[in-house]
Amino acid sequence: MKIIHLTRTLLVLALTVGASSATLAQATLLNVSYDPTRELYQDFNAAFAKYWKDQSGETVTIQQSHGGSGKQARSVIDGLEADVVTLALAYDIDAIAEKGKLIPQDWQKRLPNNSSPYTSTIVFLVRKGNPKGIKDWDDLVKPGVSVVTPNPKTSGGARWNYLAAWGYALKKPDGDEAKAREFVGRLYKNVPVLDSGARGSTTTFVERGIGDVLIAWENEAYLARKELGPDQFEIVTPSLSILAEPPVTVVDRVVDKKGARKVAEAYLEYLYSPEGQNIAGKNFYRPRDPQIAAQYAGRFAKVTLFTIDEVFGGWQKAQKTHFDDGGVYDQIAVQH
Amino acid sequence: MGAAVATPWTARARRFEENVATREPAWVKGVLITIALAFFGLFLLLPLMTVFAEAFRKGWQVYFAALVEPDALSAIALTLLVAAIAVPLNLVFGVAAAWAIAKFDFRGKQLLTTLIDLPFSVSPVIAGLMFVLLFGMQGWFGPWLMAHDVKIIFAVPGLVLATIFVTFPFVARELIPLMEAQGREEEEAAIVLGASGWQTFWRVTLPNVKWGLLYGVILCNARAMGEFGAVSVVSGHIRGRTNTLPLQVEILYNEYNFAAAFAVASLLALLALLTLVIKSLVEWRGRQPLNAGEESQGVPA
Repeated sequence: MKIIHLTRTLLVLALTVGASSATLAQATLLNVSYDPTRELYQDFNAAFAKYWKDQSGETVTIQQSHGGSGKQARSVIDGLEADVVTLALAYDIDAIAEKGKLIPQDWQKRLPNNSSPYTSTIVFLVRKGNPKGIKDWDDLVKPGVSVVTPNPKTSGGARWNYLAAWGYALKKPDGDEAKAREFVGRLYKNVPVLDSGARGSTTTFVERGIGDVLIAWENEAYLARKELGPDQFEIVTPSLSILAEPPVTVVDRVVDKKGARKVAEAYLEYLYSPEGQNIAGKNFYRPRDPQIAAQYAGRFAKVTLFTIDEVFGGWQKAQKTHFDDGGVYDQIAVQH
Repeated sequence: MGAAVATPWTARARRFEENVATREPAWVKGVLITIALAFFGLFLLLPLMTVFAEAFRKGWQVYFAALVEPDALSAIALTLLVAAIAVPLNLVFGVAAAWAIAKFDFRGKQLLTTLIDLPFSVSPVIAGLMFVLLFGMQGWFGPWLMAHDVKIIFAVPGLVLATIFVTFPFVARELIPLMEAQGREEEEAAIVLGASGWQTFWRVTLPNVKWGLLYGVILCNARAMGEFGAVSVVSGHIRGRTNTLPLQVEILYNEYNFAAAFAVASLLALLALLTLVIKSLVEWRGRQPLNAGEESQGVPA
């Protein structure tokens, strides 16, 4: 009988906890984001809450959910009530528009710079002293080099990695589609583990000590080096890489139902403000604002960047050719 | 406590030892014990100790700071809430199912027995996905739920459902063999003496299985609190809202926050150890009446 008493007490306790969080619910936003943005939004949410309090007097609590970009988009389509999504690539937000019908098709035109308030690129993280002498993409396809990158089927970062390698091979003096395909095929032959998200790959590389080189988001590589010791890892920037634009948008169906459109839009606009851009720079993202970008220019290596529109004709096309079932990535994976 | 009473086990062991025909050479015994202990140490004790060692690596302050952090506290509260709903429901179902199967004959009994085991054979991830397919916005009931503003997945009800599913068989599985072994004679006698069905259940059936029942509940609770796969699919991973303890461990680990991750993990490990202690107490208490005659004072734990 004591057990029944105990469960009853617990139940009452839990219900009170539930009820108290429900009364606060009015001023909450849920930001569904991808893997490496945890630290960025931790800083940014605190700054925005303060800004919003000054502006409107309203207390806003921002809740975060992180995971592989594709997986997060799937959750939003399945009913995870995100007020804003801040994902790794436009295709995943396109999916929310198309399959979930939660946002209009032209969502990417609603905010400046393709709705991407910050950019990043793809770089290499190697172990101290760079024992395998990795300098550029060509070194990754050499036999005996073990490369860590996540699975392009589930991870947004992994798709940027793949496209960066493809673009590099294509833009070589004698490069063409067939050669690019062969190059990327050889690269993936060197991959021992395919994690489902970018953060998983980072822990595989830095914590489990697997692999000679990690292909990673620039911000993720800098953060890993900062968190886990600059004496253990080095960052290698290749000669050519891709301009990664992680986009953001308000989820219309959710904010309109909750009546949170105003604060959700202010939240995203604040990302473009000098403060927001500063926080992005501090967290190793490349700010869009030229003035703020200049302040952080010393942090990042100079690298020639190509865009996905230039080389692949946009995300829709790239996704269809390379990552959909039966696409080029699947064909390469089968050959292993 | 246990040492004072000669249990049937020790008595039998002594008989084996004293008989030349059944006695093993000392080296066989030694080798077997060494292998068993080495295996136990290497695969069970060492990993468990690593969890605690890592958790305390940065000292007590960091350990407790990790546990009283708001997200961790809400993960603890959520885990307790989920278990507090799932376990009693499975208790009621388990008793009902075991009673029906052990004491009555009916069409489809074999099928029900098999179905109860289903959650053991289905991967937890699939279990989670089933609920997404049922209650997700693109699922069967999704649009209706959305229209009526009822949230199931990515909220507490979804976590509870997934947990109920994976812990479904524990109580029933524990009770069915016990009740079948006890047979129906005592209940039949009670009915003949004029007891109603309800009285028979409370005064005859339940007291006979109470230790088995408690054991089932303990196992059910341990799994409910420790479940990862199924709840991971339906959780949505909203920090401070839909993260249970195992999910919180994953998040902290992925944030390079290793000491905190292991601190929360040690809480789960502690729970597992506590479960084992209670389980041993229950087993010991359950065996008592054989030797000590009447079960009497106090409920263990």
